[in-house]
Order: sequence, then C-alpha cells, then structure tokens
Amino acid sequence: MNRSDKLSNTVNSIAPSGIRKFFDIAAKMENVISLGVGEPDFVTPWTIRESCIYGLERGRTSYTANRGTPELREEISNYYKRRHELNYNPDTEILVTVGASEAMDLAVRAVINPGDEVLIPEPCYVSYQACAILAGGVPVPVSTKIENEFRITPEELEPFVTPKTKVLIIGYPNNPTGAIMTREDLLKIADFAEKHDLIVISDEIYGELTYGGTHECFAALPEMKDRTILLNGFSKAYAMTGWRIGYAAGNPDFIGAMTKIHQYTMLCAPITAQMGAVEALRHGEKYMKKMVAEYDRRRKLIYDGFQKMGLKCFEPKGAFYIFPDISSTGYTSEEFAEELIMKEHVALVPGTAFGKSGAGHVRCSYATAIDKISEALARIENFLKNHKK
Amino acid sequence: MRELLEMLERNARTSTGELASILQKSEYEIEKDIARLEKEKIILSYGALINWEKFGDDTVTAIIEINLTPQREVGFDAIAEKIFRFDEVRTVYLMSGSFDLLVIIEGKSLKDVANFVAKRLSTIEGVTQTRSHFMLKAYKKDGVIIDDEEKDGRLVVSP
Repeated sequence: MNRSDKLSNTVNSIAPSGIRKFFDIAAKMENVISLGVGEPDFVTPWTIRESCIYGLERGRTSYTANRGTPELREEISNYYKRRHELNYNPDTEILVTVGASEAMDLAVRAVINPGDEVLIPEPCYVSYQACAILAGGVPVPVSTKIENEFRITPEELEPFVTPKTKVLIIGYPNNPTGAIMTREDLLKIADFAEKHDLIVISDEIYGELTYGGTHECFAALPEMKDRTILLNGFSKAYAMTGWRIGYAAGNPDFIGAMTKIHQYTMLCAPITAQMGAVEALRHGEKYMKKMVAEYDRRRKLIYDGFQKMGLKCFEPKGAFYIFPDISSTGYTSEEFAEELIMKEHVALVPGTAFGKSGAGHVRCSYATAIDKISEALARIENFLKNHKK
Repeated sequence: MRELLEMLERNARTSTGELASILQKSEYEIEKDIARLEKEKIILSYGALINWEKFGDDTVTAIIEINLTPQREVGFDAIAEKIFRFDEVRTVYLMSGSFDLLVIIEGKSLKDVANFVAKRLSTIEGVTQTRSHFMLKAYKKDGVIIDDEEKDGRLVVSP
C-alpha cells in the first residue's frame, strides 16, 4: 500500500542523502576499496572502552541529568579553558547530546522561526540543509570555491543576506573539502555576523584533526562567545562514532532552549557513552594525537598521489577528506563515482552529495590504511588512463 | 628522520614511493637516508613478525633469569657477550632487580632448551644461578596482538 500521501510535506520536501546509492552498489561488490567512509578506521582507544566496561560492571546504567553528567560537563568546560581560553559554565552553558548531529538539530530548532533564513556555505556536511528545513527555516546555500580553498568570505555571503537572515552555519575543518579557516578568515566572518546580528552555529567536530596548524575556535574570537552555538563531539577525534556522543556550548539562553527540546525528545545522552567521553577528555589525548599523526601521513600520500595523476586538487588542512576536481575527465561527479566503482571497485562520494557547488569534485576519505590508499590511487590512475570519456 | 624510522619500524615493506610522498622528499633522498641509517646501525635489520605456531612449527620459547658475579673492569658485559654470541639466544637484557640478565631462548623442544641451559649457560664462569620459565602462549608481541579479531565493521560509504 502506498502511504506517501500521508507523509508530512516537510519531510517529503527533503531529498534523501546522495550517498545511499553508492552505499548500495558498494555493499554488494567484492574487493572494494572504500574511500567513501566518513569515520575513523581506528577503534576507540582501549582505555576509553575499558572505563565503560568498568562502569557497566558497577551498575552505572541509569538516566543522567538532561544536560549530561556533571563530570562530563566539567571536563568539557576544562577542555575549552585549556585549549582555547574560553570559559563555559558547566551548569548553564553546556549540553551533552547524542552526537553533534543531535546538537545541530537542537541548535537550529531552538532559534529558527518559520521562514527565517539560514546561510549555509557549501559544500558542507549533508545534515545542515535538512535540519534547517525540518525546523521550518529556509536554507540559503552559498558556494565556496576551490580557488579560495573552499573558505567562506563575507563578500560571498553578503549578496544572500535579507531581512530574514538569522543564522549562519559554518563547519570547519570541513567535510567534504578538508578546508580550514585561519584566524584572519574567521575574524572577517565575525565582523560579518556582528554587522547583520547573526547567530553563528559552528560545527567543530573535526577541530582536533588539523595538520600543520592548530584549530581556531569561532567562539573564542573577541565578542563571539554569546553569538555562537558551538558544536563538537567525540566521534572523529577519539574514534567514537558509534557511541553517539557530542555536545553544544553557548549562551545560557541558547543552551537552555536546546535543553528544553532535548529533555522532551531525548531525555539524556546514553550514560555509557558519557562515561567514555569523560575518559577520552581525561586520558585520551595521547591516543588521539597518534591517530592524528597517522591521518597526516595518509593525507600527504593521497595528496601527492592525486597531484601526480594531474588532477586539480587543493591540499586539505583538516578533517580526513580530500576533494579533487575531476571535471577535466569529462565526467560529472556522479558519473565519475559510478564508473569508478563499476570499473575499478573504488568507492568514493560525488561532490554533489554535499551541495551543488560540489559539482565536478569527488570526496575521498583517507581514514583508511596506507596500503589501501596506495592501491586505491593505483586503481584511480588506471581508471583515468583506460576510461577517458 | 624519526618519522621515517617509525614508519619502517611499523612496516618495513612501506615502499620508497610511499615514504617519499608521506615525508615529502624525493625517492632518491629517501634511499640515501635509509642507506645512511643502515650504515650507522640505527636501522639494524628488517624482519617480519611471524606467527610460527599458525604456520605449523612447534618451537619452544624460554625466558631465563640469570644471576651473575660481576667481573672486575668489565662488569657484566663480558659474560653477557659470552651468552649473546650463541645463536639459540634471541634476546639478552641487563636488568635491575632480583636477577641480572634476562635471556630469551628458542629451541626445538623442551629438552633441547633445558639441555642448552644446563650445559652451555649455567657452566659459563660467573653465572651463579639460572631460573627457566617456559612460555605457554603469546598474546601480543612487539605491539601486535597475535589473534586480533577486531574487524573493520564500518559501512562502506557514510556521510
């Protein structure tokens, strides 16, 4: 029985994620090397896993406070103090969520009134647009360019500002491009946000994964703390994707409103994951640094590989993605991804899955072992030689 | 240079091309660096870590604690040398604590190893006592878990 006529118009207006199709093809295929995975290939460091096992043995299986356990909020607050000299009150300015994904949903829902416009630089993570729409907002995509290393500038944003513009969502280090924003870049965005009195939702889930420089936290810029809803989590830095644990930090009014939604829809984040997160912040740093060093090696290998193939490509400085320009092959990004998986069994994600401005690019994740990256590069090179369009 | 060494220590089969890309040098430079490290004996050898038991071999590994009477001028070094020159001896460490040398020996059988300890090691002048411990099972060696069942359970494609 077809029941699609019974669905909400809002849900119907959202397109399914462009990634699904490639997942279906790749899942059925033998001998696939996947550069399509948006999560670490490491398992969670043992010290984190072990601490949760201990907690379970001791019977820590209850609900926690809606905002998250006091220990975890304390550790998050300490982390921002030591890392970015930012002071968040653990009682009123931090909310522990089920992944940064939930935090994004809450943030948008907490501030959007129907018809409010949300500026979203693209290419970007797949959920920003959908969250804005589900909250009754109007997403306004703004393209970034490879020539500018996919950084967003006020000049690019300005033409899209209207009286209804209320929120700017930024996600740096960026999925899918690997772009980062320098302090100077961010200061310009801060001025822009102040000029138009915007709320900035800053998704900094890849903040620990930067190479050759340290991450600049948007909320740590002068005057930006009260304007920013900072989102982060443990998935990428500590290889904890399946734990579903993240958080939001910001002005007590924002966090209070988000907590209100969270307490009715989620109640609290899983207690076991919260215990793991505490251990990650207390003792996980050295394991995280080792993983980051390994990503950096792979990043250099894959960047060098694409350059040698003659594909236009900018050097990614963060996250674990590289976003080569494949338009010179004559294929669209979907065709390229589809042909490549069929002919050479290498899975990657077409750039258009991350917004229109991803056209002509593909996203390759280098969260995979060095020998697999080498093999994938060899197959891609082979594909370029033998399957010219 | 440290990074080159770390990468080779983890996987000596990492190709010169891969090393060149990752360390952002030319292959020629990498070859030169490696040759120098070999010459300076910073790189000692290239081996593979092999699960011989899985291959079907039944070797016996024993860890021997040895007490010594140190000798004038040379301390423990001269006796240690007499021990580490034997091919059967895989590893020799000078230790603090209740014994002096820790020696790891591999042999074909229990008897083989016991014989070696009794006839060759304990008879060396300066060796006052030996205690042998036979290894029953290896769980982890040189940072590698022997029977690691952790698999990549990730979805092939994810956002």
